[in-house]
Amino acid sequence: MSTTSEEALRAEVRSWLEANWDPERELVAWRNLLIDAGWGAPTWPNRWYGRDLSPELAQVVDQEIRRVGAVGVARAGPRSLAQAVLLAHGSDGQKEQFLRRSLTGEDTWCQLFSEPGSGSDPAGATTRADFRDGRWVVSGQKLWTTSAHHADWGLLLARTDWDKLKHQGLSYFLIDMRQPGVEVQPLRQMNGHASFNQVFFTDAEVAADHLVGERGGGWAVATTTLMHERRGFDSFGAGAGPTDVRPGRTHAQASAEAATALEPYVWYPQRTGRVDLVLEGARASGKLDDPVVRQEIAKLLSLAKSVEWTARRARAAQAAGRPPGPEGSLGKLAASLIARAAARVHTQIAGADAMLTGADGPLEGLIAEILVSTPAISIAGGTDEIQRNIIAERVLRMPKEPSPDLDRPFRDVPRSVAT
Amino acid sequence: MQFSFTSEQEELRSVLRRYFEDTSPTSTVRRLMETERGWDAADWRGLHDQIGLGGVHVPEAYGGLGLGFVELGIVVEEMGRALVCSPFFASSVLATTAILNAADETQKAEFLPKLASGETVATLAFAEPNGRWDVEGVGMTARPGGGRYRLDGVKSFVLDGASADLFIVLARAPGSQGSQGLSLFTVRRDAPGLTVQPLAALDPTRKLARLAFEGVEADLLGEPEGAAAPFARTLAQACAMLASEMVGGAERLRESALEYASLRMQFGRLISSFQSMKHKQADMLLEVELAKSAAYYAAAAADDDAADFPAVAHLAKAMASDTYLQTAIHTIQIHGGIGFTWDNDTHLWFKRAKSSEVFLGDAAWHRERMIQTWAA
Repeated sequence: MSTTSEEALRAEVRSWLEANWDPERELVAWRNLLIDAGWGAPTWPNRWYGRDLSPELAQVVDQEIRRVGAVGVARAGPRSLAQAVLLAHGSDGQKEQFLRRSLTGEDTWCQLFSEPGSGSDPAGATTRADFRDGRWVVSGQKLWTTSAHHADWGLLLARTDWDKLKHQGLSYFLIDMRQPGVEVQPLRQMNGHASFNQVFFTDAEVAADHLVGERGGGWAVATTTLMHERRGFDSFGAGAGPTDVRPGRTHAQASAEAATALEPYVWYPQRTGRVDLVLEGARASGKLDDPVVRQEIAKLLSLAKSVEWTARRARAAQAAGRPPGPEGSLGKLAASLIARAAARVHTQIAGADAMLTGADGPLEGLIAEILVSTPAISIAGGTDEIQRNIIAERVLRMPKEPSPDLDRPFRDVPRSVAT
Repeated sequence: MQFSFTSEQEELRSVLRRYFEDTSPTSTVRRLMETERGWDAADWRGLHDQIGLGGVHVPEAYGGLGLGFVELGIVVEEMGRALVCSPFFASSVLATTAILNAADETQKAEFLPKLASGETVATLAFAEPNGRWDVEGVGMTARPGGGRYRLDGVKSFVLDGASADLFIVLARAPGSQGSQGLSLFTVRRDAPGLTVQPLAALDPTRKLARLAFEGVEADLLGEPEGAAAPFARTLAQACAMLASEMVGGAERLRESALEYASLRMQFGRLISSFQSMKHKQADMLLEVELAKSAAYYAAAAADDDAADFPAVAHLAKAMASDTYLQTAIHTIQIHGGIGFTWDNDTHLWFKRAKSSEVFLGDAAWHRERMIQTWAA
């Protein structure tokens, strides 16, 4: 990054913000100003609201926006997946229709990939889209759809050709979620939260020009989505919620938006096992003096530390320009080990109180929420078993699993759910 | 804190790997482990003269290379990988580190150059037949007289004790307890009143001895009754280094298990194609990488004298103890019946994993030490 361009950029953003930022402006109007100036999504192409800036220079823009306490554009959650997919694969008409409204926050998005019959195997989707009378007609069921209940639009992976091979019969659509053929039901989890939905399609319609990419080319587009999802996976649940609420109408509207977007993730810190609570909890309950519990705590802390150091090794190797070693592929599996060990230790520390939840339970029910949330970590975003296959096949170069789903038309592939 | 090796350090590793592949094939390990002393004098000279591994972490003023624990960790990791039969850990790690931590300038100038050149082979004698790794377990007494001391008592589990020329011995003032009254001494192998008895070690690549002292004359090393702190530091640094040695062995085992599974056919297919094998290998990779991260961190923390040292040395040794043995168990299991035979090499590393699991304290003992620091 050259210093002069960085300084010039900083000065330009700064004077623009001085002239335009007003915390009493209506949120969408403010974001439209940001977008028109190119400061909303500065890494995007000039043609589409951006300035073609490098990610490093874009940080300068973010810093300046944060420095004056201004609100940025809407980039969080499944909306960011829609933006990435549209930029990479969308037609000009689709970009025109959706990109700006996604940045202003006027449109909310959800991702419709997983199904009851395809969890680890999203390419096994059996929701069908048939082309009839100049439009696509969609029927089937999606699952694990975050935020579907307030989404305006959905990113849909559906099967358009049953006589082709599994990955070649899929197409990718932008579907209007606010229509009669779409029914959204919240899916209650074992921890009582309902972060996800099931979505039922009964002859729902998709306009012909809302097919993304080619018919039968849906898997490549889905891969883009999944890549972005993995990259953003950790950051979704990271924040404890909307940050400091500042005065002004723009901030009030933005924090209401953030609260809605983050609501599904409020329990996410608990699914990691909350190692940070262990020592204090053990001290408070007196279990820190129990040599058996001390051993388990020490095992857990050692595991958590060595996982952290392994991640830092991976980042250091990357920063040094070395080819990625095995240490980079292990984090997901390691997180499961930590969560399970932490749940075990929290139980030992709580003793009989581990049977109690809510206000009667330790830490006002927080420990109970940990105990009933940790099973999610070894499933969401790729099960431990899938992770082990990936490590074995891609890192250790062991033989791939047999694939009886890849050598025949999808119509003939054995499935557990009738379609 | 350093989280990746420099290119010089990577170069050191690859030079050592090639050298030990050449000089320490398992045929050599098997030959040397059947001998009483367990190592070969010509190999020991080669280590110093050919690749200059003398005094890795000894300052250049005392004839060393002036490097740190990260480099020393790389050396012992590669030695652990190749199961090199050598008094390196006893002399160049344990005894040399004790002298660096405890000795005064005159004593350093006296001992370190000869240790760095390999001319003297020394070892550290601190544990006793009670098998405790803390200083509370030290019962050997040191009585002053005539400017020297007389040592009485028994040291055990002394690494390469039957082949060392010089012993660094931990003893206490009569009547003292705990970490009080502890001093370090040097004793020559031929000192009158010293009886050296080789022990039958489960791991034949790592020789152990028992030393009986009856009024043995000894010279003080460092401050009188001031050994508690330098000795604790020595032990923590040694644990970080042993953890490095152990993860070297664990990684070699993991690779050998993968190699075998990639050759062995059963039911008309490679056993590496079974998902049970793939998942076991993925778990082994995760465990070994985590233990490596801990060992590398501990070595870097030793060099930086970081605030979380020695807790992280305890952590690294505990992780290495569990991981090395578990990896050895998996490796035998993956080999099946052949893995239980004497001709298969896996048991050589299995036995090293077992002896290293306990040497300098087992996993539970180190975890307790670690939590004492972190819960304080």
